[in-house]
Amino acid sequence: MAILVDSETRLVVQGLTGSEGSFHGPRNKAYGTQVVAGVTPGKGGQEVDGIPVFDGVAEAVAETGANTSMIFVPARFAIDAIYEAVDAGIHTIACISEGLPAHEMLGAYWHVRGEGARMIGPNCPGALSPGKANVGIIPAEVFAEGSVGLVSRSGTLTYQIGHELAQRGLGNSTIVGIGGDPVVGSSFVDVLALFEADPETESVVMVGEIGGEEEEKAARYIEREMSKPVFAYIAGFTAPPGKTMGHAGAIISGSSGTAQAKKDALEACGVRVGTTPTEVAELVVAAAASG
Amino acid sequence: MDLYEYQGKELFAHYGIPVSDGGLAATPEEARVAAEELGGQVVVKAQVLTGGRGKAGGIKLAEDASEAEARARDILGMDIRGHVVRKVWIEKASEIAKEYYLSLTFDRGEKKPLFMFTTQGGVDIEEVAAEHPEALVRLHVDPRVGFQPFHGRRLTQEGGVADAGEAKQIQALAGKLYGCFVGSDALLCEMNPLIVTPAGEVRALDSKFTVDDNALYKHPHIAEMRDLEAYPPEERAAREKGVTYVKLDGEVGILGNGAGLVMSTLDVIAIVGGRPANFCDLGGGGSAEGVVDALEVITADPQVQSIFFNIFGGITRCDEVARGILQALEQIDIAQSIVVRLDGTNAEEGRRMLQEAAPPNLHTEPTMLDAARRAVELAGETVEVA
Repeated sequence: MAILVDSETRLVVQGLTGSEGSFHGPRNKAYGTQVVAGVTPGKGGQEVDGIPVFDGVAEAVAETGANTSMIFVPARFAIDAIYEAVDAGIHTIACISEGLPAHEMLGAYWHVRGEGARMIGPNCPGALSPGKANVGIIPAEVFAEGSVGLVSRSGTLTYQIGHELAQRGLGNSTIVGIGGDPVVGSSFVDVLALFEADPETESVVMVGEIGGEEEEKAARYIEREMSKPVFAYIAGFTAPPGKTMGHAGAIISGSSGTAQAKKDALEACGVRVGTTPTEVAELVVAAAASG
Repeated sequence: MDLYEYQGKELFAHYGIPVSDGGLAATPEEARVAAEELGGQVVVKAQVLTGGRGKAGGIKLAEDASEAEARARDILGMDIRGHVVRKVWIEKASEIAKEYYLSLTFDRGEKKPLFMFTTQGGVDIEEVAAEHPEALVRLHVDPRVGFQPFHGRRLTQEGGVADAGEAKQIQALAGKLYGCFVGSDALLCEMNPLIVTPAGEVRALDSKFTVDDNALYKHPHIAEMRDLEAYPPEERAAREKGVTYVKLDGEVGILGNGAGLVMSTLDVIAIVGGRPANFCDLGGGGSAEGVVDALEVITADPQVQSIFFNIFGGITRCDEVARGILQALEQIDIAQSIVVRLDGTNAEEGRRMLQEAAPPNLHTEPTMLDAARRAVELAGETVEVA
């Protein structure tokens, strides 16, 4: 089982011939992911590490049965790449590219949903189901197989927490990076719902940060809908208001979007929140030991 | 990117939204010339990228050109919430019968643009929202549908605009505002106040305007509006080098990869009793040159007493970062102690490189918490020595 990516995943890499795509596509393949195709317009017929390259996604799907896409193209071509993937019938899209204009993402967001596809990102590290498939840039060696679902707005912070869990003997069902942009394809709530339904996932760690109100929405969802224990970590307690902290979406606007408000909302809904990556890992370990 | 009032109004005017005539001045003399050209009563308005100008004395009425010059002399150089006034906008004074409020924002949660309108304008809108929520009309526009005339009608009907002529103008203006918002890839367009003159004309008297940085490549004329001098010198240098950097007030310089991990690093520094000096994200990739550039920016801040390098490699390869650190130590004179923590992609190779080179002021720590404690400790020691 796991969520989003697994042994059924047949991956097409949009932008496979670029510098990032040609590094991470083969890495995903080496991990055991079925990387069946690459797409770069004008480079059809080439190969990257034995992966055939096509001119378009529709052609790649027809030839290889790809069902999942990973997007690595430069920001200004990424919106087109998302629409092309949906058009070709891809059901799961991981958009690693960052710097996509927010207004254009609004259009893509509604289109992807309307067509019944699922997208994580943009500006995300992808998804990894340890032992099954790795789609994206997550360093798989950090994570172990297990039953803790991990969902995060940040890449490297997720690696940090996965690493802390692994050092304490806990592994993950799936690690999902939803991305650091103001508009992303899947919210915390979307991914929490998948974890709740996944028999391999026994608990979930949610890694949020300043900006927006998705953590607050997740808190209400967890209280209402989830039977599995959820633990959380929020980054950005020391962030000043009005400054974008790296991620386009990580900004405290006026008095809204603060780390404290998110922590309070989560705790009010029964979610235990760790103050450091180490502490949240310890909370999960303690709960696993007592449960 | 935030725009000045006059820049926002320039964009409003471009999209057909009525604004008052005015001129920009960087000196009192220029203010006089601008006021002469406009004729009659003018308003001298400080141009700063922060709110609360009126309360701070940054907006003054002047009867004629010589008074405009005097008021500009008072206002130029004024410090408003840490922003020094370097330009004033001289605008034809408006007769005001009513003050309304109209804005269009990017609602991240709903994934739709959001209009907000109230006839109780001219005051802090968060106050209106808190005290008279019923007076504030909130109306989402589905981006797949775009602005339709009914949106305009709902705004004025639900906002309680009684006058038919006024309502018509506001409806048209809302449509133009939507065009402006989408056309310029804005994240916020606000008019507070939106005024009605005694003659019944509706006009934007102020503008607050934020444009999506990621879309600036499509709008070179807006990109050129960026006023580099409005940012702290460290942030300016960082921008030139393409380093993501935010200046903070503490002593421990922070460098990491990935926004979330860097934010978490700042928090951990605070938890172990230190104060972060900055936010600095190497981003994905993390080439050796990128590390050198970032270290140059961080060490340019005289408050920095120690540096905490926190790297968890994904796209970033730790050996590349280690190479960058060693290269930086050769190229620039770094007096502060550097505490390095490497994990993830090629971490072993990176650690080995640092251990072999073993520069005297470089310390490696196995975990993020240990490294944070060490960096705070070293920042304290440096302070005592100094």
